[in-house]
Amino acid sequence: MAKLHDTPMLDELEKGPWPSFVTDIKKLAEAGNEPCADLLGQLELSYKDKEGHWKHGGIVGVLGYGGGVIGRYSDVPELFPGVEHFHTLRVNQPASKFYKTERLREVTEIWDRRGSGMLNMHGSTGDMVLLGAFTEELEPIFAELTQKGWDLGGSGSALRTPSCCVGKARCEYACIDTQDICYNLTMEFQDEMHRPAWPYKFKFKVDGCPNCCVASLARSDCAIIGTWRDDIRIDQEKVAAYVAGDIAANGGGHGLDDKVDIKADVIDLCPTGCMFYEDGKLTINNAECTRCMHCINVMPQALRPGLDKGASILIGAKAPILDGAQMGSLIIPFIKMEEPYDEFKEFVEKMWDWWDENGKNRERIGECIQRLGLSAFIEACDLDPIPQMVKEPRSNPYIFYKEDEVPGGFERDISDYRKKHAR
Amino acid sequence: MAEIVANKLTDIGPPKYDEMWPEVIKKNYGKWLYHEILEPGVLVHVSETGDKVWSLRCAATRLMTTMHLENICKIADQFGGGFFRFTTRNNVEFIIDDESKLEPLKKALADNGQLPLGGTGASVTNIVHTQGWVHCHTPAIDASGVVKAVMDELFDYFNSHKLPAQVRISLACCLNMCGAVHCSDISILGVHRKPPVIEHSHLDKMCEIPTTIAACPTAAIKPAKVDDFKSVAVNADRCMFCGNCYTMCPAMPLADAEGDGIALWVGGKVSNSKSMPMFSKLAVPYIPNEPPRWPTTVDTIKKIVEVYAGDAMKYERVGEWAQRIGWEKFFEKTGIEFSHHHIDDYRFAATTWRTSTQFKW
Ligand code: HEM
Ligand code: HEM
Ligand code: HEM
Ligand code: HEM
Ligand code: SF4
Ligand code: SF4
Ligand code: SF4
Ligand code: SF4
Repeated sequence: MAKLHDTPMLDELEKGPWPSFVTDIKKLAEAGNEPCADLLGQLELSYKDKEGHWKHGGIVGVLGYGGGVIGRYSDVPELFPGVEHFHTLRVNQPASKFYKTERLREVTEIWDRRGSGMLNMHGSTGDMVLLGAFTEELEPIFAELTQKGWDLGGSGSALRTPSCCVGKARCEYACIDTQDICYNLTMEFQDEMHRPAWPYKFKFKVDGCPNCCVASLARSDCAIIGTWRDDIRIDQEKVAAYVAGDIAANGGGHGLDDKVDIKADVIDLCPTGCMFYEDGKLTINNAECTRCMHCINVMPQALRPGLDKGASILIGAKAPILDGAQMGSLIIPFIKMEEPYDEFKEFVEKMWDWWDENGKNRERIGECIQRLGLSAFIEACDLDPIPQMVKEPRSNPYIFYKEDEVPGGFERDISDYRKKHAR
Repeated sequence: MAEIVANKLTDIGPPKYDEMWPEVIKKNYGKWLYHEILEPGVLVHVSETGDKVWSLRCAATRLMTTMHLENICKIADQFGGGFFRFTTRNNVEFIIDDESKLEPLKKALADNGQLPLGGTGASVTNIVHTQGWVHCHTPAIDASGVVKAVMDELFDYFNSHKLPAQVRISLACCLNMCGAVHCSDISILGVHRKPPVIEHSHLDKMCEIPTTIAACPTAAIKPAKVDDFKSVAVNADRCMFCGNCYTMCPAMPLADAEGDGIALWVGGKVSNSKSMPMFSKLAVPYIPNEPPRWPTTVDTIKKIVEVYAGDAMKYERVGEWAQRIGWEKFFEKTGIEFSHHHIDDYRFAATTWRTSTQFKW
């Protein structure tokens, strides 16, 4: 039987309408789960001390993989022996996180038997995070998981588990097959995921459209974002229905009674001023449209993305360490993303080769590009510079030239100069 | 056990996504025409084939037990043919293809009590967050507890559509920002404010000095001899309290009850809709840790949300609103104090200074 600790502070978190993790963990503790009881005990102590009580985990893992497990030990194990070791395993989630309960139970059954019974659905990268195992359980858990058809995700200086939005499975905006891209990349790059060999971590995230529900352009080194190059499809009858107030604005996002004010909500908010509504007809100057999604979001039944679909690729997003946060920068404005994604993978291999060669230890690709320049990066990827890659051209005069760009090169003879110019 | 381990496989990858789809998703993959939110938390998607699916989005705690997950599975078995999904923002979605199951499912969710509907449209949806005191070794704050306290207070905005636009909140428990919170309408960030305290007597035994020095992003760590111990010294002026040294060297802890706390950031977005994606900007540099319910943090966030809700134009995100009215007005309207910490003094700082005569009083 698990020893239950007094947790007066945590008990305060059982109040209120939002689901309570304390109530949840307490129930499992009361059912006899010792790690749950001790986790609450240790957390209560952290609340009292206003300081955490975990030690850095050192190197733990499973044989054959360089990642997927994060080590963790309690610094007060004599008080809370159930969480003396509290390592996590990252389990690679199915793309866009649909689950068949029967399959999910394979994981929870193993985890109930060999681990703490606590988990994150899901970690920030996208994996299921099994939270709290003793060192000796790691190998058996891993073996049992793989026998059931589940594998670990990435950690360390490796490819991290790719993730994607719900995409075509249930979103009408999806311009690319986010789940297949995510799965295909995960399978293609298993070795890169499980055996860290790079300067630092690398993430792929796949969003089906520029709404970016998985925040790919803020959270992944390589963001693949669905887009289109032809015209937004317009259903004029549905436009009229929106204008007449027969269909709720914004897919009901402001309530089903909310009507579209076509001028205020659509035309005037279009960032490029490329929409017009005259004589009951909506027109879009598609050459000016930047495909921001706003009008489509407001009138999903009347407007749809075009039919010539593909993806924009943005490289280099990262959190602040060290030179400040970066968002991804547009490298490929448009690429067709069709199975088996060869053109995209060729780009990926070039990008990785360059980073592998030039990246310093713990330098994300975005920082590496910042240090060595976007021009060096696109050259290595065999891409031509185009104005779409920048918000504006440079405004400083320090233009670097390579010797071969200037006629005659850099080697000059001072005596030639002096023939024309007196000393 | 040896036998189990001997049979292990590797590099098999995750189960293929389509194994996890209910029939209606399989049949209508890529054929969806449009969606409508019927009420907070309830979406209907309509397909070219005429099929419809109803999705019921419910709050979940990212940190959960197998017991809670089993309850979710049971509801999915009963109503969703044994299928369900999670959203990127830690919500659970039950998916049904038969309208007659809608009301019974809603009742089952209400009976469960831990699965409130909401998080759609112009709402505050679930908070994405990191580990905090539940698992990580460098956090300045807890994660799950702060999230619970904030969402209790904002619950009214979770299951309604009364905001000008969606408001995305996220939390990271130290400035490594595992959750990449730097592009959220409101982000809650754990911050340390004291350089590491060095255990000179043990440092050389517990840590490799060169890798410890190399771990510091600002080169604040130098080798030093202290009381005959081989150790290191930290240049406090250069330390930005990131904790990277502690990850390499357990003899350099940062956590400190008085030093640690919360910074609040506002106005970021990742969607490309209307304006381009933006970073969140500093609103409040420091609020003390106040477990178990962090009242000052909760009140400040509520205040920001309410002022935004009252002042922003329809469809305007928090950052778009602040940009339109001007940040000087943001501070005035929210009553948040502006201090020297708000003025950037890191690299590229000058790009954020005002280089114009245009401003508001
Ligand atoms: C392509 C790079 C640039 C070139 C070729 C350039 C050239 C010039 C020239 C020829 C002048 C007029 C000087 C005179 O009065 O005889 C000038 C003035 C000035 N430039 Fe630039 N400049 C450059 C970039 C910049 C940048 C990056 C800044 C500031 C961020 C800047 C700020 C100014 C200012 C403040 C003046 C003087 C004020 C004025 O006359 O309005 N310039 N520049
Ligand atoms: C490294 C680059 C630069 C060098 C070597 C340089 C050099 C000079 C020199 C030697 C003069 C005096 C010219 C004369 O009166 O015969 C001058 C004048 C001037 N430069 Fe530059 N300059 C540079 C960049 C700039 C830039 C970027 C700006 C604009 C911000 C600028 C603005 C001016 C202005 C406004 C004058 C005229 C000052 C006056 O007439 O009182 N210079 N510069
Ligand atoms: C005007 C802007 C946006 C619109 C109209 C929009 C629209 C949608 C729609 C229609 C869905 C439902 C897709 C589905 O499950 O069928 C969705 C899901 C979602 N949205 Fe957005 N979105 C917007 C911006 C954002 C932003 C900025 C974020 C994140 C910061 C975000 C995060 C999410 C998440 C996490 C989901 C769930 C996706 C998933 O389950 O994988 N959305 N959004
Ligand atoms: C220098 C920067 C970073 C450091 C030193 C760092 C360190 C760590 C550590 C120590 C953990 C273990 C937490 C635990 O106890 O479970 C962790 C977890 C994690 N980190 Fe980072 N991290 C960094 C940046 C990031 C960034 C930028 C992201 C995402 C964009 C990220 C994503 C994650 C994820 C998904 C986890 C799993 C746990 C969770 O979801 O909370 N990390 N990181
Ligand atoms: S990113 Fe676009 S396609 Fe993907 S779920 Fe969001 S709105 Fe739909
Ligand atoms: S997608 Fe954006 S830019 Fe294009 S027409 Fe619509 S609102 Fe305008
Ligand atoms: S944000 Fe910092 S404290 Fe939180 S989990 Fe990540 S590394 Fe740990
Ligand atoms: S906390 Fe960060 S900046 Fe400060 S000494 Fe440690 S590694 Fe360097």
